[in-house]
Amino acid sequence: MSSEQHIKLPEGSIEKTTTTLNLGPTHPATHGVFQNILELDGERIVSAEQTVGYIHRAFEKLAERRPLYQITTLTDRLNYCSSPINNMGWHITCEKLLGVKTPKRVDYLRVIIMELSRISDHLICNSVVGVDSGAFTGFLYVMQYRELIYEIYEEICGSRLTTNMGRIGGFERNFTNAAWEKLEKFLAEYPPVLKEFENLFSRNRIFMERTIGAGPISAERALNYGFTGPNLRAAGVDYDVRVHTPYSSYEDFDFEIPVGSTGDCYDRFLVREGEMWQSLRIIEQAYRKIQDMTGAESEVYHADAPAYYLPAKKDVYTKMEALIWHFKIVMGETEIPPGEVYQSVEGGNGEVGYYLISDGGRTPYRLHFRRPCFIYYQAYSELTKGAMLSDAIIVMSSLNLIAGEMDA
Amino acid sequence: MALTNETIKERLIAKFGDQLSHFEEPYGLLTFEAPKELNLKVLQYLFDDEELRFQFLTDLTAVHYPDQAGRELAVVYLLHNLTDNIRLRFKVYTGSAQPDVFTATQLYSAANWMERETYDFFGINFVGHPNLKRILNVDEMDYFPLRKEYPLEDQTRIDKDDAMFGRGPLPAAANQGTIETPRHEREARVPASATPGVPEPKQDWPNS
Repeated sequence: MSSEQHIKLPEGSIEKTTTTLNLGPTHPATHGVFQNILELDGERIVSAEQTVGYIHRAFEKLAERRPLYQITTLTDRLNYCSSPINNMGWHITCEKLLGVKTPKRVDYLRVIIMELSRISDHLICNSVVGVDSGAFTGFLYVMQYRELIYEIYEEICGSRLTTNMGRIGGFERNFTNAAWEKLEKFLAEYPPVLKEFENLFSRNRIFMERTIGAGPISAERALNYGFTGPNLRAAGVDYDVRVHTPYSSYEDFDFEIPVGSTGDCYDRFLVREGEMWQSLRIIEQAYRKIQDMTGAESEVYHADAPAYYLPAKKDVYTKMEALIWHFKIVMGETEIPPGEVYQSVEGGNGEVGYYLISDGGRTPYRLHFRRPCFIYYQAYSELTKGAMLSDAIIVMSSLNLIAGEMDA
Repeated sequence: MALTNETIKERLIAKFGDQLSHFEEPYGLLTFEAPKELNLKVLQYLFDDEELRFQFLTDLTAVHYPDQAGRELAVVYLLHNLTDNIRLRFKVYTGSAQPDVFTATQLYSAANWMERETYDFFGINFVGHPNLKRILNVDEMDYFPLRKEYPLEDQTRIDKDDAMFGRGPLPAAANQGTIETPRHEREARVPASATPGVPEPKQDWPNS
C-alpha cells in the first residue's frame, strides 16, 4: 500500500479535540434555510457561527424598480408567518409619505387583522418550541386553529400565506358577513384551546426543565444586541412599538405588555402566550368599536384618497376616468412627494421598520427594511455558548427565526 | 422633563459646535449630518450623555447618491432613546473612492451584522470591524449590488423607457416622428457591451 493519503482532511482535523457540526442549512431542526456551524466538545457547544443569506432575494434592490403597490408583495415574503402585519406596515409607511389620513374604522379593521396575525405567528413559534422539546401534540392541535385565522384572511383578501392584503388607505373591499362570522367563530373557539395549550406546557415538568435557563440573555445585552419584540420583553424590557409610537390607532385600546425577567426560552414562551391573550383582548375591543359605529362611518373601509386608492372595478370597466386612474396608480404615475420616512410596526418578532427615501419618482429611491430577526440572530452564538446541543435547537426555535425575514 | 428635538439639537450644538449640520425634522424625526471622522464621537456622546441616553441602535444602513462627487455614500444611523421614547437619525457622508467609516461595534453589538450588511451591499469599509465580510451575498461577489451603477434590469431594453410615461427626454426616434423603429436598428444604437454601469460577465464565476 502506498503511503499516499487518498482522503484529504482539513489541516489539524485529526489533532483537534472538538467536533464540527453543521446544523443546517437543510437540517430539520432549523425550520428554515440558515446554517449554524457548531464547534462541539462532546455535547457542549464551544462556539457557534451563523451563516445567513441562503434565501436572499434582493428585496431592497427590487424595490427600487417597483411602484409602491408592487412592493406589498415583497413585504409578504419577509416574515411569512405574519404577512398581513408587514403589508399593513408598508401601507402605513406609504400613507405617511403621501399624507393620506385613514378613517378610524380602517384603523380598527387593520388592528383586527394585525392582532390575528400576531396570534398565528406566536402560535406557530410556541408550538414549535414544543415540537423541538419532544411534544408534538400541541403543534398539531393548534394548527387547526391557525387554519381558522387563515380562513379569515382568505375571506378578506383571497389568499392565505402571502396575503398581499389591503391597499394604500385601507382595504380592497369591506369585510363580508362571512368574514365577521368566521371572526366570531374564532373568538369563541380559540380561547379555551389556548388555555388547554397552556395547560399542556406551562407547568409541564419536562418542558420546564428543558426550557428554564436555556439561552438566557440579560436586559442590558438584549438591548445592546438590538433585540425587539417578545424576545426583548422576555428579558424584562417593556418596549413595544404599539405603545411607544402608536400607529393605526393603537392608542385607543386597553392592553398590557407581558414581560419576563430572565430572557430564557421559558420566559420567551410565556411572553408569547401572554401576548396572545392580549391580542384577543384587542381584537374584541376593536370588534366592539366597529359594531358601535353607526351611519356612513360603519361602512367605510378605505380612506378618501382617489389618487392612491384604486377605483372600484365596476367603474374601471365602465368609465374612462376610472380606467385612467387605475392605470396611473398601477404604473406609479400619481404624484409621489419626495421625502424621507421611517415607520415601524410591531411585527411578530419585534420592530419591523421601513426606511423609505423617495425622490419623487415612481419608485422608491431607496427602501430599507429593518428586519428584527436578522438583528437578533447575531446574538445566537452568545446565547448558546457552553450550552448543550439540544439547547441550541430549542433556543433557535424560541427566538422564532424566520429565514425570509432574515435574508430579505 | 421629556426630551424634545430642540433640547437634543441644543446639546449637540453645545458639544460639537458647527461641525454638525443640516438639521432637519422630516415627519418629526430629528435628522442631522456629521463629518465622517466624528461618527464615533457623536455616537459615544449620544450614548453616554446623562440627558440624551440614545442607547438603542434601531437601524444602520446606507444610501448611494452617485451624483454627489466626493460624498456619494451616506451611512445612516437610527437611534432610539427608550427612556424618553424619542428617535434620532444621523448621517455621515463618504466618498466612494475610499469609503472608510469607523465601526460602531464597540458600542453596539447589534452593529456587527448591520455593518456587514451595509458593507455587503454598498462596500462601506467599517474600520475596526472584527469580521467585515459579506453576509447575504456570496463571498465570491466582487461588486456592491445596491450601488446605483448596477441597474436592476437589462439597460439595453428600451421598451420600458421613462420617456414613454412623460418623464425624461424623449428618444431621438420620437422627435423625428418615427414611432416604430425596426428592432435591428434599436439594437445597433444601444450596443449591449458599451452600456455604462453594466458589469462585464465574469469568466471565473464559480459553477459556470
